[in-house]
Amino acid sequence: MITRRGLLEAAGSGAALAASPIRLVGLSEAWAAIADLPKELPSGTRAEARLDALPGKKPLIKLSYRAPNYETPLAYFRSTITPNDAFFVRYHLSNIPEVDAASWRLSVGGEGANSKFELSLDELKRMPAVEIVAVNQCSGNRRGLFQPHVAGVEWGYGAMGCARWKGARLRDVLQRLGLKREAIEIVFDGADGPADDQTPDFVKSIPVAKALEETTLIAYEMNGQPLPHWNGFPARLVVPGWTGTYWMKHLISVRAVIRPFDGFWMKSAYRIPTGRFPLVARFASQETAINIPITEMVVNSLITSPVDGANVAVGKVVVCGLAWDGGYGIHAVEISTDGGNTWAPAQLGEDLGRFAFRPWTYEVLAKRGKNTVTARATNVVGQSQTASLIVNPAGYHHNVMQTITLSAV
Amino acid sequence: MRLIIAALILLLVQVRVNAEEHPVLLKKAPGVEKVERNCGVCHSLDYIEMNSPFLNSANWDAEVTKMIRIFGAPIDDADARTIEDYLKANYGS
Repeated sequence: MITRRGLLEAAGSGAALAASPIRLVGLSEAWAAIADLPKELPSGTRAEARLDALPGKKPLIKLSYRAPNYETPLAYFRSTITPNDAFFVRYHLSNIPEVDAASWRLSVGGEGANSKFELSLDELKRMPAVEIVAVNQCSGNRRGLFQPHVAGVEWGYGAMGCARWKGARLRDVLQRLGLKREAIEIVFDGADGPADDQTPDFVKSIPVAKALEETTLIAYEMNGQPLPHWNGFPARLVVPGWTGTYWMKHLISVRAVIRPFDGFWMKSAYRIPTGRFPLVARFASQETAINIPITEMVVNSLITSPVDGANVAVGKVVVCGLAWDGGYGIHAVEISTDGGNTWAPAQLGEDLGRFAFRPWTYEVLAKRGKNTVTARATNVVGQSQTASLIVNPAGYHHNVMQTITLSAV
Repeated sequence: MRLIIAALILLLVQVRVNAEEHPVLLKKAPGVEKVERNCGVCHSLDYIEMNSPFLNSANWDAEVTKMIRIFGAPIDDADARTIEDYLKANYGS
């Protein structure tokens, strides 16, 4: 049970942030939030990260200005739905046009299709609309926690968010298009592009089977509002269960192809070592003996309150968090307060669907001095968080069990 | 005409986006101007400090090579060596 007293005690030093994320705009709180950056991040990252607001956004943790890469501060993960103006921003390329909704057209076709056509935003919105709550998480979320560190955008915990997405089923668009029997992948391009025309444009593909799943959407709304510019206005792909790399923003082109798409961002980037991760979802047409494309998210959890290192009062402390996976659904979150020797189940909260964040709470009895709290999520197909990092060159799929330390007086 | 208008719109958008970018101050050391002039064309310079100090000499060489060979950065060999030396000396491990 969450009691008001328990919550107040649990919040500890993070109380100001927990109560009102809006207060992050104040300078002192801004620096407090930056002080909350995980200590495992590279020291250079900790030095250059800033709280900074993109137009239309709350101050987020700026890791790079151009391309814009901003992560969501921990305080916003204390609700199951991440607010649009606090939702993380991730781009590879820095030429990001502001798309005009009235003149926007989605081009649909390809050599694997029986037809081709264009859709306006109004036409897309006239198709049957579907809503789904789903986590969008960057493949490299928590890359900054890798030991040894690997090059890239050095994300902490916040390159993710959970929103209610509304849009048309990609399947309905593809059925109208008509796929040839030999269609093997669907290729997506967005309006954004590179600063230099020699740089490979960000283009991605997914298997036809994934494209035809009824949960794969071309979304134009996020939490009841048009998509924010920085999250893909006016329409983006939503691929529940799979990592954010496939969720193409500012979508302008959908093409069916009859050969595996071999662009840089498929053939060379977003790959994980073959056979290293216990995953179910495959992308067979892109696999090699050495590496395979990243697909579904690994099961994971995040402790959202108290913050690591918080001072708490001796006695009952309510620990809060989130758990999520690749869309099978969370089976259990377990907590250990003795370094992983014994585990007890946390109480799972509201269930917004198998692709959503699943909140959980657990009441710890804090003893005088240092207390550790470790969380471990397991999904319904038996996947569990790992105790030690599964090393991979690009720094993907970090789901090492998180431990926080509380000081009780 | 449409191309010109598109280019102008793009330029305006770029200016607007760049206006959000606070200056990133790299360590003052030999080669810093070449780093700013070359690397800063395509990405903000905070990428450098963000990826420090854990990249060793071979890692920094590989990053510069990747920017040229894969991302098409138009950097000549002499400048590439200067940039690598600067990164290793100031942001390397």
